[in-house]
Amino acid sequence: MAIKVKVMDRPVGEVSYVRATIKGLALTFKHLVDPHKVTVQYPEEKWDISPRWRGTHRMLTTEDGKAKCVACGLCPTVCPANCIKLVPGEDEEGNRYPLVFEIDEFRCIFCGYCQEVCPEEAIHVGRHYENAEYSRDRFVYDLARLTSQTHAVCEMWDPADAKGE
Amino acid sequence: MISHALPFLLQVADSQLPPTTGVWLIATVIKMIAIFSLVMVVVAYSTFAERRISAWIQDRHGPNRVGPWGLFQVLADGVKNIMKEETYPADANKILFILAPALAFIPAMLTWAVIPFASPLPTPWGRIDMVVADLPVGFLFTLAISSLGVYGLTLAGWSSNNKYALLGGLRASAQMISYEIAMGMSTVCVLLLSGNVHLTEIINQQATMGWNVFLLSIAFFLFLVAAFAETNRVPFDLPEAESELIAGYHTEYSAMKFSMFPISEYANMITAGAMLSTLFLGGWDIPFTSWDNLPPFTVLKTVLTFAMFSAKVTFWIFFYIWIRWTLPRFRYDQLMSLGWKVMLPLALAYVAIIATVVVVLDRAGVARGHVYGLILFGINIVLAVALFFVLDRGRIMSPAYSRLDRAAVDKLRAVAPSRSTLRGPGA
Repeated sequence: MAIKVKVMDRPVGEVSYVRATIKGLALTFKHLVDPHKVTVQYPEEKWDISPRWRGTHRMLTTEDGKAKCVACGLCPTVCPANCIKLVPGEDEEGNRYPLVFEIDEFRCIFCGYCQEVCPEEAIHVGRHYENAEYSRDRFVYDLARLTSQTHAVCEMWDPADAKGE
Repeated sequence: MISHALPFLLQVADSQLPPTTGVWLIATVIKMIAIFSLVMVVVAYSTFAERRISAWIQDRHGPNRVGPWGLFQVLADGVKNIMKEETYPADANKILFILAPALAFIPAMLTWAVIPFASPLPTPWGRIDMVVADLPVGFLFTLAISSLGVYGLTLAGWSSNNKYALLGGLRASAQMISYEIAMGMSTVCVLLLSGNVHLTEIINQQATMGWNVFLLSIAFFLFLVAAFAETNRVPFDLPEAESELIAGYHTEYSAMKFSMFPISEYANMITAGAMLSTLFLGGWDIPFTSWDNLPPFTVLKTVLTFAMFSAKVTFWIFFYIWIRWTLPRFRYDQLMSLGWKVMLPLALAYVAIIATVVVVLDRAGVARGHVYGLILFGINIVLAVALFFVLDRGRIMSPAYSRLDRAAVDKLRAVAPSRSTLRGPGA
């Protein structure tokens, strides 16, 4: 019957607790007096977020303040999370516009396909992350809310560097 | 009646002579209140210092929101702890469960009664000693009281009716007993030099001969390590090893009762810092001058020596925090073997050496002064170098398997399955 003891072969003779301790104290003291702080003091300082940041949506408007959307139905079609609700309408001159345009930001996965697919450059994902609300139903953004928001929108890609190089 | 007694109690006396009994009584009460409040404030702010310094060491900011630089964080913590719900585990021994935090806290504060924190203060009613109780057996008192703190921890672990808490409590008691011995032995050398257990006398001896940290370096080092173990600080925080025991002996505690354990831990840290300063760093003695030790005593001397003492204690608090973020926790068997197999024999051998040196020097007629100190300092340098040489390579913190020598390892290898079969094919 073999003894099942795993014999560890470690360099015990070369291990020094005292010197390792002194080295460690020097290291921690170095960090104490010369901290390499990366923490951002959030409410006062904020990150420069990437121009490609995809946050909560915004609907851009025409000069007379109406949504640019023509209710073509591409964004609810492409949306993989099925979070856009669109009911199209049409006025007397035959112009299509959204009667209802709602985005459930809880369902949204912020892929940005809606912005990519939009032929009118109307719906955009925003460069924005402070989204706190006091109730859950405030997270279904309706057309009024989408058009009234003012935060910067995602650039998706840099026209000068389309491949991201 | 009191108005008749007051003139008698507060009669004007020589400011350099001990006061009358009445003045002494009043002064003692004032000192008690002052020291208690001061230590509690320092405890509160050392929790804050711990959080800020640990944050800085880890490249973080730490609590900096409540008040300027986060200085009111301690008040917020206090309010939070008082407002929280007190919980009692089912089947806990309620009396002991409530008693234990107090038992941990009281001994931590009691030691402060005998620690001299400044040179005597002259007042119109006589000379007031800057120590709450100038006990002639002060040093023995601190040893006795510091051992009592373990009752709080052990009883907290036992009364919680929780296996992790019980293990934590048991570890606390085993650890305290192991390191108490090495601690006591290392301080015997201090007593050999001062020839007295009166803490004020120990400070005076260091003022004439030089600080004990130089005269008794190895005793100082042993006391330092034992003090870390006694206060359950990293790397000796086995009683609350959170990776194994959740939170150890205070697992079941909540709210202010829980808060009493950190408070007593920090109070113990401060007490240990004060003891280290008093026994080895000259207490309130200002180095390189004997101006502060000799009469006539003035208010300025009292203030300066108090500042000196505070600086020393503050340094030790910082050192505790610094060590905490440097060293990892010991394994339990390492803790025990360090205490019994390294520290205790070392302390005993050191006592024997110092006793011999003291006897030889006294016989040779060397006066107890700076020359005496220099000779001891030289001997200590030699001993420290020799000790470092002997203990350096893996012998202080030995891993569990290191006791096997080469031959034993080879013997085990011969009977164990060969390494290639353990590793499997392709290795």
